[in-house]
Amino acid sequence: MVAETVTDPELPTLTLADLGVLRNVRVEDGTVVVEITPTYSGCPAMGVMRADLVRALHRAGFPEVDVRTVLAPAWSTDWISEEGRRKLAASGIAPPGRAPVRTPGPVPLQLGPSRRTAACPLCGSPDTVEQSEFGATACKALRRCRACGEPFEHVKEI
Amino acid sequence: MGHEETVYDALDHAHGGEGQWAFGTGFDEPLAGVDTTVPDGVDPADLGAYCLMLGDDALVLAQRLTEWVTASPELEEEVAVANIALDLLGQARLLLARAGSVGVLGRSRARATASIPDEDALAYFRDPDEFRNTGLVAAPNGDFGRTMVRLLVAATVRLAVLAELRRSRDPVLAAIAAKGVNEVAYHRDHAARWVLRLGDGTPESHRRVQAGAVEVWPLLADVFSPTDVEHRLTAAGVAVDPSTVRGEVVEVLTAVLGQATLQVPEWPAGTVPRGRLGEHGPELTELLGTLQGLARQHPAATW
Repeated sequence: MVAETVTDPELPTLTLADLGVLRNVRVEDGTVVVEITPTYSGCPAMGVMRADLVRALHRAGFPEVDVRTVLAPAWSTDWISEEGRRKLAASGIAPPGRAPVRTPGPVPLQLGPSRRTAACPLCGSPDTVEQSEFGATACKALRRCRACGEPFEHVKEI
Repeated sequence: MGHEETVYDALDHAHGGEGQWAFGTGFDEPLAGVDTTVPDGVDPADLGAYCLMLGDDALVLAQRLTEWVTASPELEEEVAVANIALDLLGQARLLLARAGSVGVLGRSRARATASIPDEDALAYFRDPDEFRNTGLVAAPNGDFGRTMVRLLVAATVRLAVLAELRRSRDPVLAAIAAKGVNEVAYHRDHAARWVLRLGDGTPESHRRVQAGAVEVWPLLADVFSPTDVEHRLTAAGVAVDPSTVRGEVVEVLTAVLGQATLQVPEWPAGTVPRGRLGEHGPELTELLGTLQGLARQHPAATW
């Protein structure tokens, strides 16, 4: 319960549980074992997440805490909860659609413009355009709404 | 939990108020809690050497890409290049940590102080002849067109290798590869769209990106040449023999350049491995001077 309240350092309205980063919490021989998984390989927030978890559990009266990294299966935006998606939209960030299905073998080339869509989180219009597949954090793309003209961020499907 | 205090308070709390090494992080072992047992029948030295190959490719290309930060043609592109570099840096960290986990540290551990994590010791305290990247990723950027051609070529090779490596018998490598595939697919397609836009753009952009391709293609000469380490690990089901991805790479690059109205330069004849055996030109020394200079001047710095 304590671990589930810890928030993401870069998306502070979402908890690590909302994001699907928190994979498992259990007690082994008096030690709280927390498993987390990185969103992207280079996610710079992992160190802060780990430290925030340790501190929150220490404060809640659990002196022995072991935060472990789990690499497989790889994190997917499909793991963001419904509650997480609602919170993202409420803070002006378009939630992701379905992640691409990865099959064994070669990854097909995507030369055309991205087929991703996202409704504007500000006015609700579906008429939006992608400006860049890469945004202010590793997990977000930049889009602009043609209806209200506002730019917004979109958690891109992975 | 709110952030009524700064994130640094939590980091400080986690380490009992001890200072952190200034150049790495020191507070976040990338493989903490991951089972790093070496699979049966695999020589740990080979496994570590292979992790250095894939890790150094990512580290060196990340460093080259960050040279575009503050110098990109548009703000969105600066953000994109920095994001791609960050993904690669993350892959490098995991792979160098995996090398460290099996004790492959070369001369770096003797030079780095004890508080410096293995992956940082490997990144900052090895000399050029201990790096195992190919020359493809170490070559200078050139102009933006050439940078995008090189990124396209390097990402196409890496994506093909990582896609196969998802089946590695080493579960750590397989997991790193599975995450990497999701990321590098974005990198390759981003670079491909730029090559398309520049190749099928103005006469000047076409001329420049074509010239970039002519400069980049010869760097493929040793990219598909396996080392003895890769031979042994491929036989053990752990690694991917790079010669087996050549067909896919040729197919993808031919498709992109064709659609970009660019001529595919002559494919170079295969040579023996060079970068993978530590043979590098002066460009890697120059790159590492920038990457490592501060850490080597202040090896015990903390914050």
